[in-house]
Parts: sequence; C-alpha cells; structure tokens
Amino acid sequence: MLAIYWVYLKTSIALQFQYRVAMAIWMINRIVEPTVFLVVWRTVAIARGEVGGYGAADFAAYFIVLMVVNQLTFTWIIFEFEWRIRNGELAVMLLRPIHPIHADIADNIGYKILTLTILVPVAILLTLLFEPAFGFTPASVALGAVALAGAYCIRMFVDWAFALSGFWTTRTAALNQIYFMLVLFFSGRLAPLDLMPAWLERLSWYLPFRWTVWFPVELFLNRLDHATVVTGFQMLALWLVVGVVLVQAVWRLGVRKFTAVGT
Amino acid sequence: MLHALRVAWTFFKIGLLNEFAYRANLYLQMLQSAVAVGAAIGGLLVVFGHTESLGGWGQDEVLAVLGVYLLMSAAMGGVIEPGMAALIEDIHLGTLDYTLTKPIDAQFLTSIVDIRVWKLVDVALGVVVLAVALVRRGDAVGVVDAAGFLLMLLAGAVIIYSFFVAMASVSFWFLRIENIFAVFGDVYQAARWPIGIYPQWLRFILTFIVPVAIAVTVPAEAAVGRLTGGRVLLALSVALFTLAASRLLWRQGLKRYSGASA
Repeated sequence: MLAIYWVYLKTSIALQFQYRVAMAIWMINRIVEPTVFLVVWRTVAIARGEVGGYGAADFAAYFIVLMVVNQLTFTWIIFEFEWRIRNGELAVMLLRPIHPIHADIADNIGYKILTLTILVPVAILLTLLFEPAFGFTPASVALGAVALAGAYCIRMFVDWAFALSGFWTTRTAALNQIYFMLVLFFSGRLAPLDLMPAWLERLSWYLPFRWTVWFPVELFLNRLDHATVVTGFQMLALWLVVGVVLVQAVWRLGVRKFTAVGT
Repeated sequence: MLHALRVAWTFFKIGLLNEFAYRANLYLQMLQSAVAVGAAIGGLLVVFGHTESLGGWGQDEVLAVLGVYLLMSAAMGGVIEPGMAALIEDIHLGTLDYTLTKPIDAQFLTSIVDIRVWKLVDVALGVVVLAVALVRRGDAVGVVDAAGFLLMLLAGAVIIYSFFVAMASVSFWFLRIENIFAVFGDVYQAARWPIGIYPQWLRFILTFIVPVAIAVTVPAEAAVGRLTGGRVLLALSVALFTLAASRLLWRQGLKRYSGASA
C-alpha cells in the first residue's frame, strides 16, 4: 500500500510542478479570505479592547493558524468529480484494482507539499505584519498535529462522499455552493465559533466542520480546556468512522448509476 | 455614438436569447446569487453582533458598501470579464482578425461581445441591498449626493474596466495569462469591507496595485453622504489615468498582433 502511495505521490508532484503558477493562483483565495477576516475582527478588537475574550493579537493568531490548517486540510475533490463524471474520465479509474480515493489522497498530499513553499513564507509575513499572540506549547502543538491528521482524513472522506452526489444529479453547482456556505459558517472561517450567534454555534456541534477546522486551530493555540479537548477528539473519531462508512456506501451505490460513453 | 449603443443593444439581446435557451440553468444561477448574497449579509451580521461600528462605519453603511460591491461584481462578471476572456482567447488563436475587420472600434466591440444576462440578477440584488441600507440609515439622500454617487459609480466601473483591458492587453506580449482574472477576483473580495479598516500597506496595494478599493468604497461613501472633494478628485483622476493607460496599452499591443487565421 505504501509503495502504491509513493508512486502516486511522485507522479502527482511531477505533474503539478508543471503548473506552478496555476497552483499558486489557486492558493490566493485561501490567503486573502483569512487575511480579510483577520483585519475585520482586529479592527473591532482594537476599537473595543477585546471581543469575547479575543484581543487584536488573539484574532491575528487565530486567523493565521486557521489559514495554515485550512490550506493543509481542504480538498478540491468536489470540482474534480463533477468533471470526472461528466466527461466519463471516471471509467478509467474504475478499471484500476484499487479504491480510487487513494489516488485522490496522494494527489492532494502532493499539492500540499508543493504549496508549503508558498504557505510558510506567507504565514511568516503575516506574523511579522500583525504581531499575533501564539499560545503554542509543545503539548498543544503535538495534540494539534494529531487533530490535524484526523481533520485531514475527515475532510477528504466527507467531501469525497458529497462529491459523489454528482452520480445522481449532473448539475451540481447550486448544491455545491450551499455545501460551501455550510462549511464557511460552521467551520470558524468567518469568526471563532464562540463569537457566532448562539443557535449557529450549537448547530455546529452536529456537523463535522467545527471539528475539522475550528478545533485544530484552537487546540494549536492552547485555548481549549481539558473537557473540550476530550470532546473534540471523540468527535473526530466519530466523524472518521462516519466518513469511512459514507465513502463506502455512497461509492457502492453511485457506481451502479454511472454510465460512460467512449474510450 | 448612437451606432455604438445600437450595437451594444443587439449584443445584449443575443445574450438574453442565449440565456433563455437554458432556463433551468438560469434559475439555478439565480439561486446561487441569492445564496452568495445571503452569506455575505450573514457574515456582516456576525461582525456587527459584536460592535456598532467598524472603523467608523455603521452596520447600514457597511451594508451600502456590500451593495456597491455587488453592483461592481455584476458589471465585472456580466460584461467586462467574459469579453476580456474572449479577447485573450482570440489573441491566442488568431481569431481577433474577425473583430479587427468589423467597422467599429475593436476595443469597444471586444468589450460588449459576450454579455451574461443572468448577472443582471446581481444588479437587482445590489440595488436592493443598497436601498435597504439607505432606508435603514434614515437620512434622506439629496440630489447632490445621488449625482455624486452615480458619478463615483461610473468612475469605479471605469477603473475596473480599464484594469481588465490592461490585463487582457498584456496577452499581446505574454500568452499564458488566463489565470490573471482569477487573481483579480480573489483580491476583489477584500473590497466588500470599507477600505479604511485595512492597514496602510494593504490599503496601498488595494488602491494603486489592484485598484478595487476606490471602485467600491468611494461610491459607497457618496451614497452615505461621506464623500469629500479630495475623494472625488482621487477617484476621477485614477479613473482617467487608468482609462488612458489601458487604451495606450491596448494600442501598443495591437501593433504587435499579427493575426494567424487568414
């Protein structure tokens, strides 16, 4: 299995290296968005002293770490699948004697490795410009890294399962957009989740996005109490199981719906 | 001039016909626009749940900024970007010949050649958001304010248009720049908030390097009665400068174009 991943990964990196500029351009949105919200919340915090326990430096820390976590865990699989299903490219993947999600994971990791060369300098630059108060401790970073790995898998599984909705409807754009909005509001990209309206915050407990973005960020920054950390890891475990089951179930049902024409 | 308007009207009608051939798509795209605006307003409400003012702007004033933002993005997505994307494609393939041989200014024709009528939904949404913002704010908008607003809106549209023409003209020299509009679109989202909240270095970038700030914030300032003479002067001079510069770049680029189709 590892050998297969190694081959996939090498191919993916070699391929994506040819599209260096496009690769950088896809990243801009995931840099601009957190920077804009950083500035917005920082402005509020400076005017009022603090907002719900966050000072200007805390917001800076939150959104810079969020930028890194989001970049490392996001997937573009939903767009990819729309394309694959519509033009029949999926037929080729079906021929391989291995579940297609492995190729996607390796491809995703390849992109993440290459874009580190942009992500790290940008994070350092933002750190110099906004003077964040990082609360890192060795323990928080270690736990954060574990949560990050879990979050990565969950996002991949959940997005992958959602992407397969393309088997049932070919016009997925509107559905996708609603999904992206859910992610935006419930993952903490707009604001730390404790600052969201109470009903939204409560609802976020039942969706995976809280645990895959907000939780690792706050964990890295050492802002969570013991009980929340335990709950968070339990939720990650739960969603990991749900994700695997979803991927298997939707894939099995979906493939039956798929018909391709041509080569 | 009249002739040009008539040509533009014809292309508008063609756009309309194209769109109505795919009606289901049209409804879906309306839904998408509505969701996007809903999300933007939601984000604004979250922020103003914790404060009364953002860098000196009240909730309704920031809502007005959002309204102008939507109007500008409608102009961008509905007319400017599709035309300029087609221009890059034409330069690439050599099919710009067909545009150049038409008895009308080629830059004008390129600008109106592909009108995405469904983006007009965004115009309507922008107008509604702006109207709600102004009504909630309560202060009457005088004739002078309204005129100032329209003038600044025009200046803003000219700035964005010129910037797109300049970006597209670069492809006379360098072919592979189709992603450049994506960069612009990503940076543009920063203009959803009043430019004054950004730190100095970022304000500089958003004003002079990717000039989205003036195009959105200044018309919004006019709408909420915060416009100053200095701002009018700044917006007008940037608009005139970018328009002239982009025209010059287009002309220089066109000289390099040799055609490939014939």
